[in-house]
Amino acid sequence: MFSKKTEELGKPEVDENQPLLRVRDLSVVFRTREGSAQAVNKVDLDLARGQTLAILGESGSGKSVSAKAIMGILDMPPAEITSGTIEFRGKDLLTMPEKERRLYRGQRIAMVFQDALSALNPVYTVGEQIGELFQVHRGLSRKDSKKKAIEMMDRVRIPGAAARVGDYPHQFSGGMRQRIMIAMAIALDPDIIIADEPTTALDVTVQAQIMELLAEMRRETGSGLILITHDLGVVAETADVISVMYAGRTVEHGPAVDVFANPAHPYTVGLMESMPRLTGAGDRLYAIPGLPPSLLNIPAGCPFAPRCPRAEDICRQDPPPPAVQLDGIRYAACHFAEEVVSHGIH
Amino acid sequence: MGRYVVRRLLMMIPVLLGTTFLIYTMAWAIPGDPFASRCGQRPCSDAFVAAETERLHLDKPLPVQYAYFLGNMAKGDFGTTSNGQTVLEATEKAFPITVKLTVVAITFELVLGIGIGILAALRRGGYLDGFFLFTSLVAISFPSFVIGFVLQYLLGVKLGLFSVTVGSGAPWGDLILPGFVLASLSLAYVLRLTRASLLETLQADHVRTAIAKGLPRGMVLRKHVVRNSLIPVLTYIGADVGALLGGAIVTEGVFNIQGIGGLLYHAMRIRENATVVSVTTLVVLIILLVNLLVDLLYARLDPRIRYE
Repeated sequence: MFSKKTEELGKPEVDENQPLLRVRDLSVVFRTREGSAQAVNKVDLDLARGQTLAILGESGSGKSVSAKAIMGILDMPPAEITSGTIEFRGKDLLTMPEKERRLYRGQRIAMVFQDALSALNPVYTVGEQIGELFQVHRGLSRKDSKKKAIEMMDRVRIPGAAARVGDYPHQFSGGMRQRIMIAMAIALDPDIIIADEPTTALDVTVQAQIMELLAEMRRETGSGLILITHDLGVVAETADVISVMYAGRTVEHGPAVDVFANPAHPYTVGLMESMPRLTGAGDRLYAIPGLPPSLLNIPAGCPFAPRCPRAEDICRQDPPPPAVQLDGIRYAACHFAEEVVSHGIH
Repeated sequence: MGRYVVRRLLMMIPVLLGTTFLIYTMAWAIPGDPFASRCGQRPCSDAFVAAETERLHLDKPLPVQYAYFLGNMAKGDFGTTSNGQTVLEATEKAFPITVKLTVVAITFELVLGIGIGILAALRRGGYLDGFFLFTSLVAISFPSFVIGFVLQYLLGVKLGLFSVTVGSGAPWGDLILPGFVLASLSLAYVLRLTRASLLETLQADHVRTAIAKGLPRGMVLRKHVVRNSLIPVLTYIGADVGALLGGAIVTEGVFNIQGIGGLLYHAMRIRENATVVSVTTLVVLIILLVNLLVDLLYARLDPRIRYE
């Protein structure tokens, strides 16, 4: 009994020479009564140590579903992973038995959720909720894990951590709650932190602080950060690499600097233009016309074609090549990627 | 918290006054001669009627009678039953039996209701789930005396597994069957409530967090699903304790149990109004106190609830 328990403690062994995260050809389908919704469609993602990858997209673009698939917390059913591999340091998480997979969660890959109030259990103190990570994965006693919890709360700069460790989630402000989520995520020093819209539920003034904290924690732990967001401002400040998703597909991928300076997909161009700017005051804020397609019924050609100002007949008939390579390091799924890069969409 | 308890206790006074007055009024409003069966087969003598009328103040208006009744109660005089016992003595004898019956019934609710409810939720849509949803519907639909008579006949008379009636002193073994019958309705509700609450909690964001933290499945269920989903269930069971302690007139009647329910039933039949009113007052008091305890328990279980 005892030996079995100690076996399950500690991080699973991995080969540090293998790439940190390598997602290939990932497809997720939701089986619903109305039909099958293709939430994620053949997505590739890569993340290196110390890197920040921003996955950008509207709601329903598949960015959150991809993150949940990586984390292994999709509700299956209704979700079903129909193709692909998710390799962590060369090990495919998808083919691994659940017993082994569990040990990666929290220890190797950790997640910060959007709404900390509902993501924390209302009936346990925050100390208990941070501490249980140390009890389960490190075999610490209740007392020692409480000390660890205070330590973690100090690290994410919650004032008076020792006094507040016995408080319940509802007794904290939104920003402090999100700090507790971050404390839980970094507690076991994970290799990857996935932050799913970590600032959406917060006041604007607090948003910057939380983003700053996340970036700081990523630097301190040297982990890779996957930032899922629809907020371009957040992306511009923190991301090294950007993946833009639309209707379950990656439509553009590349270094943040390049994508920002010169987007290669008309959808990315639209997103950039719909971001409020300080210059050009007085202009109406641009909005991409139309709505994303229903995932139950994605159009035959390019899924963005109905909303695309650059679309031609070929876009409505043939799906674009999944990755037109540009400058050797960036990709866009568009028939006219090269022209968009050199001339824009207008 | 202390202030809250004091306020709740003070609130009991008007509630108690109101209910006792209503019960008192209704008990005497039932038509019929209060002396009809007091003196065996003969009509009571005029002297006895006059003495009793004087003693019970029956010639005074109702509010005055009620005031006398309250006065006596305040002095600790709850009246006497027709066989010469004081009502207090009769209650002291009956109450432990009702408590025992309640313990048996609540045990069924806790163990079977919650246990099967959890099982059904985890096997949602399975045969087990369907079977218990159906049986709980049956239990809710049938009056408890039907369930009582059927089980008494099948398990008691035909199979001889349980004794058909409860012996004097109400030994625990005799109380199993009546306890189950008494629990059956609430058991069905507890089962369904547990199942529904569990299914809802399983979808909660904080459960997803617990899984993302790499907690083992058993721990996620025990600590983050069951614990949270039992809050409404335990509140329901708590309130049920109050109701059960008030005596189960039908079940105690079917199984001939000499508890509070039996005492009340007997007193009502022979129009022993003093007993009816006193015992009912006691029952009301118990229900009020148990409800207060349940509210305090609720705050213990759910830290978001604070009474100021």
